[in-house]
Amino acid sequence: MAETHSLQDMRQQPAVAAKVFIQRDYTKGTVCQFQTKFPSELETRIDKQQFEETVQTLNNLYAEAEKLGSQSYIEGCLACLTAYTIFLCMETHYEKVLKNIAKYIQEQNDKIYAPRGLLLTDPIERGLRVIEVTIFEDRS
Amino acid sequence: MTSCEYQQIDPQALPTPTPAPPPHHGNDRDKREEPKRPRRKWQVFPGKNRFYCDGRIMVARQSGVLPLTLGLIVITSGLFFIFDCPFLVKHLTSCIPVIGGGLFVFVVITLLQTSLTDPGILPRATPDEAADIEKQIDNTGNASYRPPPRTKEVLINQQVVKLKYCFSCKMFRPPRTSHCSLCDNCVERFDHHCPWVGNCVGKRNYRFFYTFIVSLSFLTAFIFGCVTTHLALRAQGGKGLVFALQESPGRYPFNHKLELVICFFSVWSILGLSGFHTYLVASNLTTNEDIKGSWSGKSGEGVTNPYSHKNIFINCCSVLCGPMPPSLIDRRGFLPTDESVQTAGAGIELPALAAKSEINVGTKDLLESAALPPLLSTSCPQMKPQTAYTCPDSSPAVNSDPSPQLSTSCGARHTASSQGDAPPPRHAKTRSKKRKLETLHIPNPSFDVPVSPTSPDAGPSSKARGSFTPLR
Repeated sequence: MAETHSLQDMRQQPAVAAKVFIQRDYTKGTVCQFQTKFPSELETRIDKQQFEETVQTLNNLYAEAEKLGSQSYIEGCLACLTAYTIFLCMETHYEKVLKNIAKYIQEQNDKIYAPRGLLLTDPIERGLRVIEVTIFEDRS
Repeated sequence: MTSCEYQQIDPQALPTPTPAPPPHHGNDRDKREEPKRPRRKWQVFPGKNRFYCDGRIMVARQSGVLPLTLGLIVITSGLFFIFDCPFLVKHLTSCIPVIGGGLFVFVVITLLQTSLTDPGILPRATPDEAADIEKQIDNTGNASYRPPPRTKEVLINQQVVKLKYCFSCKMFRPPRTSHCSLCDNCVERFDHHCPWVGNCVGKRNYRFFYTFIVSLSFLTAFIFGCVTTHLALRAQGGKGLVFALQESPGRYPFNHKLELVICFFSVWSILGLSGFHTYLVASNLTTNEDIKGSWSGKSGEGVTNPYSHKNIFINCCSVLCGPMPPSLIDRRGFLPTDESVQTAGAGIELPALAAKSEINVGTKDLLESAALPPLLSTSCPQMKPQTAYTCPDSSPAVNSDPSPQLSTSCGARHTASSQGDAPPPRHAKTRSKKRKLETLHIPNPSFDVPVSPTSPDAGPSSKARGSFTPLR
């Protein structure tokens, strides 16, 4: 997802007005969940419900990635038996879900956030610490 | 392994952008300097790690006694295969080298995986994030310029847990995360820094570590058993055990004694360590938490481990067979050539500048990293001078985290033991280095130095080293 921008591109793109960070929610432990509280800086830009739905969907996706179920156990046991060498050749369940998350964020950005001058950054690019929402200057 | 070996580029050796040209020209200059070859993120990684094979493999800066560990394993197994296997195959069964070989391969693979894998390092906060956190802390009512409060309380499964602020990484550490001062990284689910494997043991490589020590205990017990059987069989056919010990095939009269000695001490220490870690796995604890007594009820009534699933089987499964989390540091990702801007899904951390500023400990970190990129300085109102959170920043790793006590005690023991620093009589039997492994890892209640941290986050002091003794 890394995009590089030349200086010319930068000048054509809207300037960054502010960034909002949605922090992690640790009430359920160390599983990756983000706070669904609607930040005040976004009030003028987007629906509270829309935003909360995005965050909740992300939370559900992360919960699925870290779910302790039969699939993860089978994967874990198999990995143990092969001295974890299968991690070198196989994509783990978690990585598959991360790809889905990346797609979902891209899709949300394209459909909902970019038209409103916002941009969601995939949390994996921030070490799963925050969801970074970039607010661009409103040129209209 | 291929011959590609790259050392981490010391960020301080990177060309310093001169303050004179306006920031947006910096991009052009950088682009002119490296027009075609974008750098990878591992090359500007701020922690003390070394990277090989273009970022695919990483180790801690100090590899500790990893070569010794490997050497001991290889030599002991080698002696076993060369001197004992032929005899035992002839007199017992040919399964013996097969089992031994399988265990040996298992041990070496898991050891390498433990050492060369990212233990669960948390990337440092970007300057924007750091500023945002700072702003939030300030907003909670600190009107004066006192240093910001460094803890945040969260409720996890009805248990109050304090999150500490890490001054090195500029973020509130998630639960169970500790900053390792040897590696200068925050590591998730930090267990300990193991000098034997030359790496931290954390969320991502704990299962490798556990498998390593369990398989190593099987291997040492197996070799010990085989050597003993070999000697016993020889003694039966000959003139007694002593004669069997003295007599040896080949030109090496003391290989059996060497094997026996190494295996004897290893078996006890490694078995003890495996047992200890099995207990930790079953209760979903980390060595760090166990030593600090975070959940043992010492610090109050009704304190239970909020992360435990209350079921031994589920705890074991979740720790050992749970989903494998991905590496968060994206070693092989490319840095954008345009270094000054964080925009549109580029997922950039300010590369050399940020790395440099993080290493330059001081109050101006945030300002330096904020000043140069144009858009940030002009557009981010959070970058206020009062984000210079003063002197605490100058001693980040020491003040702000509990784990360095643990990690330094484990790691420093390695360096300090020769100075007779730690040394108590429990080190009498140090013939096998593997025994030290146990002394590093296992607390002995009988020594019971009250670790009593003043806050839940204060690490075990050097006194706590007194609590590391071999299990008897």
